[in-house]
Amino acid sequence: MKIRLDTVVKTFDTFRAVHGVSLDIESGELVALLGPSGSGKTTILRMVAGLEFPDGGAIYFGDENATDIEVRHRGVGFVFQHYALFPHMTVGENIAFGMKVSKTRRSAAEISSRVEHLLRLVQLEGLQDRFPAQISGGQRQRVALARALAVDPKVLLLDEPFGALDANVRRDLRRWLRKIHDELGITTLFVTHDQAEALDLADRVVILDKGKIVQTGTPEEVCRAPASAFVMNFLGDANRLKVTVSGEKAQIQNVTFDAPDIADGPAELFFRPADVTWREDGHGIQATIARVIDRPDSRRVLALTVDGQPIEFDAAPEFPFRADAHGFVEIRRPRVYPA
Amino acid sequence: MAKTRRPPRIGDAPVFRNTMIAVVLALVALIIIAPLAVIGYEAFSKGIAYFGKTIANSDTRHAILMTAMTALIAVPINTAFGVAAAWAITKFDFPGRRLLLIVIEIPFSVSPIVAGVAYLFVYGLQGLFGEALQSADVKILFALPGIVLASMFVTAPFVARELIPLMQAQGRDLEEAATSLGASGWRTFFFVTLPNIKWALLYGVILCNSRVMGEFGAVSVVSGNIRGQTNTLPLHIELLYHDYNAVGAFAAASILAALAVVTLIAKVALERRGAGRVRRPSLAGTAPDISETTP
Repeated sequence: MKIRLDTVVKTFDTFRAVHGVSLDIESGELVALLGPSGSGKTTILRMVAGLEFPDGGAIYFGDENATDIEVRHRGVGFVFQHYALFPHMTVGENIAFGMKVSKTRRSAAEISSRVEHLLRLVQLEGLQDRFPAQISGGQRQRVALARALAVDPKVLLLDEPFGALDANVRRDLRRWLRKIHDELGITTLFVTHDQAEALDLADRVVILDKGKIVQTGTPEEVCRAPASAFVMNFLGDANRLKVTVSGEKAQIQNVTFDAPDIADGPAELFFRPADVTWREDGHGIQATIARVIDRPDSRRVLALTVDGQPIEFDAAPEFPFRADAHGFVEIRRPRVYPA
Repeated sequence: MAKTRRPPRIGDAPVFRNTMIAVVLALVALIIIAPLAVIGYEAFSKGIAYFGKTIANSDTRHAILMTAMTALIAVPINTAFGVAAAWAITKFDFPGRRLLLIVIEIPFSVSPIVAGVAYLFVYGLQGLFGEALQSADVKILFALPGIVLASMFVTAPFVARELIPLMQAQGRDLEEAATSLGASGWRTFFFVTLPNIKWALLYGVILCNSRVMGEFGAVSVVSGNIRGQTNTLPLHIELLYHDYNAVGAFAAASILAALAVVTLIAKVALERRGAGRVRRPSLAGTAPDISETTP
C-alpha cells in the first residue's frame, strides 16, 4: 500500500510539532524516520496510524484519503516503543486479540493455527502460554510484531522498535526485521533516533529536524551527500572547522578546499574522523596531539589546530602517541556548508 | 573478628529507637485497641443470649437492613462514577481536567455534616427543589433516597482515588494498542483496561463500602432519625446509647466493628495481590511468577 503525506501540520497546544511535511512511501518500501528527540518523527508516525489527527494537510493510503479514518478502521499494524503487550494475556492471547475483535469472523481453529504460524514467523514457537512478564525484552518485541501482523495490516508502523534493547539484541533483531520485511513485502515505516539503525535497516531514510524534513534518500545518498551541516553532524561523528570562503574556495591556514556554490564569507568545513591522515611533516592543517582514546579496532586521536579548534581522527591501533606532538592533518572528502 | 565501630545511622541510637517504638505501641493500644476491646466486652457483658436478643430487636434489624440497602445502592453507583471519572481524567485531554481532579477530592476535605446540611437546602421543604418535589410527591429527605445521596457524596472520591494513580502510571499505550488492533471502546475497556485495574478497583470498592456503612454525620442530618424507618446502623447505635441502653448500643456497634474487620481482612488480602500499589504496566496484572512455569 502506497502512503502519501501531503503538507501535514500538527500543533500541540502552543508547540508546533510538525510543519508541513510531505512524503511519498512506495508500496513495499521500508522507510526510516530519523531525527533527534523533538523532531516530530513519532508524531508523524502516530498521524499515519490514526492515533493523532493532523491540524492541516492530508494522508493518503493508496488513492483513499485516510486523514479522518480512525485508527480502528485504518488497517495499520502498530508496534509501540514499550511494546504495550497486554500483561494479563498470554503471548498466544496477545497475538490472537486482533483476530478475536475483528469484524471478519474467524473460527477458533483458524485463529489458533494463525497464531502458531505467526509464532513460527517470529521464532517464538512454544512460548504461547507464557505471560509477557515471563519473556525477555527481545521476545516481547517479537510478540508485539506478531500481534501487529496478525490483523493483516496494510501498513506496518514501528515506534523506536529497538529502543529499549541491549546493543547485541538490537543488531540481531534489526537484521531479522529486514528479513521479515523482505518475506512479507509489507509497506513499513519506522521511527528511530539511532542513525546506525536507520542506515542498517531502511531502503530510504527520511531525516527530520524541528518538525521538517531536511533530507530524504537511500542510506548511500544521505551518507555520501549530506544536504546540510545538520545531516552531516547527525549521521555520525564529524569534525567542524571555521573557514573563510572567497571565490568558491574555503581556506584555513594555508590549505584551500573546493566550496562550490558557497557564498563568500565565513563558513564551516566538515569531515569524518576516518577521513584524516596524520603527517609528521609535509602540508595540511597544523595541529598538536592532545590525547588518545583506545578502541577495539583503532585509536581515536584528539588534537588541536594551531588556532585552537579541536579535531578528532581515527588512526591505526599502532599509532604512536606522544603528547604535544606537532604535525599536519590531511583531509579527504571535505564538505563545506554555510555557517 | 575485629570489632567494627561505626557511628549509628541518624536516629538509630538504641534509646531513641526503643522510646519511639514504645510510644507508638502505647498510643495504638490506648487509641485503637482499647476502645475496640471495650465494644466486644460490653456487647457480651450480659451473655450471648442477651446479645442475640438485642440484635433481634426489630428496630436494630431494620437499621441493619437500612445500612445494607444504602450500601447496595450507593456503592455500585459510586463505583461506576469512580471508573468513569478515572477513565476520563487519565485517558482523555479536555479543558477542566485538573479542576475535575480537585473537585472529586472535595468530599474528603469537607465535613460530612456540611454535606448533610447542603442536601437539606437543596431538597428540604424550604430548599431549592423542595416545593417541586413535594407537589410531585417525591420524598427524598427523611427517607432512603436522602440517605443514599448523602452517603454517595461522602464516598464519591474513594474509587476514583484508587484508580487514577494506577491508570496514570499505566498510560494509554494498552488502550491505543487494543484500538489499533480493531477493538471497540467497550471491548477495550472490558478486555484490556478492566483486567489491569481490577484489584485496585476492588480495593476502592471495599473502602467505599466500609465508609458508606459507617457514615454518620451527613446521614444524621438528612435521615431524620425515625426509629425503625430511617435509622441506619450508626444512627441507631447513637439512639440506643442515648436511651441508656448501653448493651444494645455496644451490640449494634460490635456488628459495625465486625463489618470493619471483615473489610480490613479483604483489604489486606487485596494489598497482597498488589492492589492499591502503583506498578509498572508490564508487571501488573495476574501473571504468575516465572518460577511457576519454568521447568
